[in-house]
Amino acid sequence: MRRPALSGRAPQDTPAGLGTYLLLSLTFLFAAFPLYWMFVIATSDDEALAKLPPAVVPGDQFLVNVREVFSLQDVYFAASLVNSVIVSTVVTASVLFFCSLAGFAFAKLRFRGSNALMLLVVLTLTVPNQLGIVALYIVMGRLGWNGTLLAVIAPGLVTAFGVFYMRQFIVNSVPDELVESARVDGATTMRIYRSIVLPAIRPALAVLGLLTFVATWNDFQWPLITLSGTDYPTSMVAVSDLASGNYVIYRRVLAGAFIATVPLLVMLFVGGRQIVRGIMEGAVKS
Amino acid sequence: MSTTRAVPPSPHRTGPERDASGAGDRSPGWRDRLYRFDLRYLPYLMVAPFFLLFGVFGLFPLLFNGVVALRNYRLDDPTLPYWAGLANFTRLGGDEDFWNALYNTFGIFLLSSVPQLLLALVVASLLNRRLRAQTWWRVGVLLPYVTPIVASTMVFSVFFSRSFGMANWLLAEVGIGGTGDAAIDWRADKPHAWIAIATMVNWKWIGYNALLYLAAMQSIPRDVYEASAIDGAGPWRQLWRITVPMIQPVIVFTVVLSTIGGLQLFTEPMLFDLNAQAATGGPNGEWQTIAQLIYKVGWKDLNLGYAAAMSWALFLIILLVTGLNTLLTNRLSGGRR
Repeated sequence: MRRPALSGRAPQDTPAGLGTYLLLSLTFLFAAFPLYWMFVIATSDDEALAKLPPAVVPGDQFLVNVREVFSLQDVYFAASLVNSVIVSTVVTASVLFFCSLAGFAFAKLRFRGSNALMLLVVLTLTVPNQLGIVALYIVMGRLGWNGTLLAVIAPGLVTAFGVFYMRQFIVNSVPDELVESARVDGATTMRIYRSIVLPAIRPALAVLGLLTFVATWNDFQWPLITLSGTDYPTSMVAVSDLASGNYVIYRRVLAGAFIATVPLLVMLFVGGRQIVRGIMEGAVKS
Repeated sequence: MSTTRAVPPSPHRTGPERDASGAGDRSPGWRDRLYRFDLRYLPYLMVAPFFLLFGVFGLFPLLFNGVVALRNYRLDDPTLPYWAGLANFTRLGGDEDFWNALYNTFGIFLLSSVPQLLLALVVASLLNRRLRAQTWWRVGVLLPYVTPIVASTMVFSVFFSRSFGMANWLLAEVGIGGTGDAAIDWRADKPHAWIAIATMVNWKWIGYNALLYLAAMQSIPRDVYEASAIDGAGPWRQLWRITVPMIQPVIVFTVVLSTIGGLQLFTEPMLFDLNAQAATGGPNGEWQTIAQLIYKVGWKDLNLGYAAAMSWALFLIILLVTGLNTLLTNRLSGGRR
């Protein structure tokens, strides 16, 4: 049975029909609903949450709930937001700097053993760090860093993915001739990094920066282990603290969760194009 | 590895000659030495931070974990003999909690990874059309990806609550379960708890995987489709007969990713628990995963040595399952390797 509609165009050249838009809208609703409902609960009072059918429109209690979240004594919510900003910013800056530097060296500089070292980077890509978490705790204990932000920052300062991604990007986007001619003109390696490489890789820095920031902000297991019970939680640990105890007040928990999610939604809104590109580029290159 | 690299010109060969030719009022060679350092040693300095930091905080803990696993490392009892030999490992065999957690981990993994990747494939093929506002559809499916798992798990926790949860209400509307005493208790037994947790995992990762597939789909040569249209393949057949085999390497990649991630599931089962701090995964460990059990053994029971042994066991399990899944996926998605 032959379908006349199919002209042999590749799917990506075929205009989407109504059905496609409908199904995509459903997908979008599925993706967005929990976020919307988070806001609904965060704006409701206890009564609205204890009835059937469940509330589906936002209430007017958002400020009340938020004030409660910030005033809880042993949760340190305000401090936790500051901590998350510090941790995520430092980690992101460090990943961008060290990974682009290493990526540049691997992509454009000649040094003995560079191929072997790059292979090592690729191999470490697949190592699930989480499995060394017990020993990491002991190491941090020796350093005296457990319970401080240092314990959360230090393991994130570099990523194998970052080096790999930067190297790929620099190989393709910085012409060898440009590096060569800069050398002939007497530019040092660091000068070349600053004036040629950095401007050329700005898009890749945006992508890696966004992905790193999101991942660091959302990290939970390790911060929970090393920071819980201290006065310096990250926002994720603080939200989980809101949900501990015998009687959990969900409008509070989700008000906190909502506040801790907003920065990321803003980033997705502003940098969505970059995040999408980063994920898709990562797929093709792997 | 790359084949084209900038060949640095070598002025440090011509440099000394110039110096030797007489104009020696400047210090003879420091510039030269600087140049040599720049070319020969600086690259090592540039890659050193990565290897140092990764070595100290990534690789070393992983290896040191093996040593800790052979020790009596209890935070609450430092008087035990230093070495435990293989006691921590042999204890695993008879530890019901471990086997229960392993069972839960695999149950939740199956319920989450299979629908996740199949639905991602469908979403990707929806996105793989000429769309208006194309970027925004792609950004839209990434909403779950940027949402903290801590936050979304709390939402789903309310969603699956027994008395006033939306899941029970929706199901009652279509005649499943009910309200009041007939309401489903999502935290009472394994199947329900597993489904609830798997729902969270699916929600989080479908969009991300869809974008990975989409990227691969768009790099399929267009003439492949021309040929298939002549054969009379419909869109559905096209997806399974052409697209899936063509993007097979990425499918294998996502299977590896979701295996590694799924077997280390931690946050969802932790916070689905009404008493999260206990890390028991339900009153009788209905949904306690291995990562969660490691946390409980290490930081609630304070037995770091045993937790380390468990981490190693999990590591081996992940290696094994990843290998197996890779083989299986290769077969199923029609690869010829």
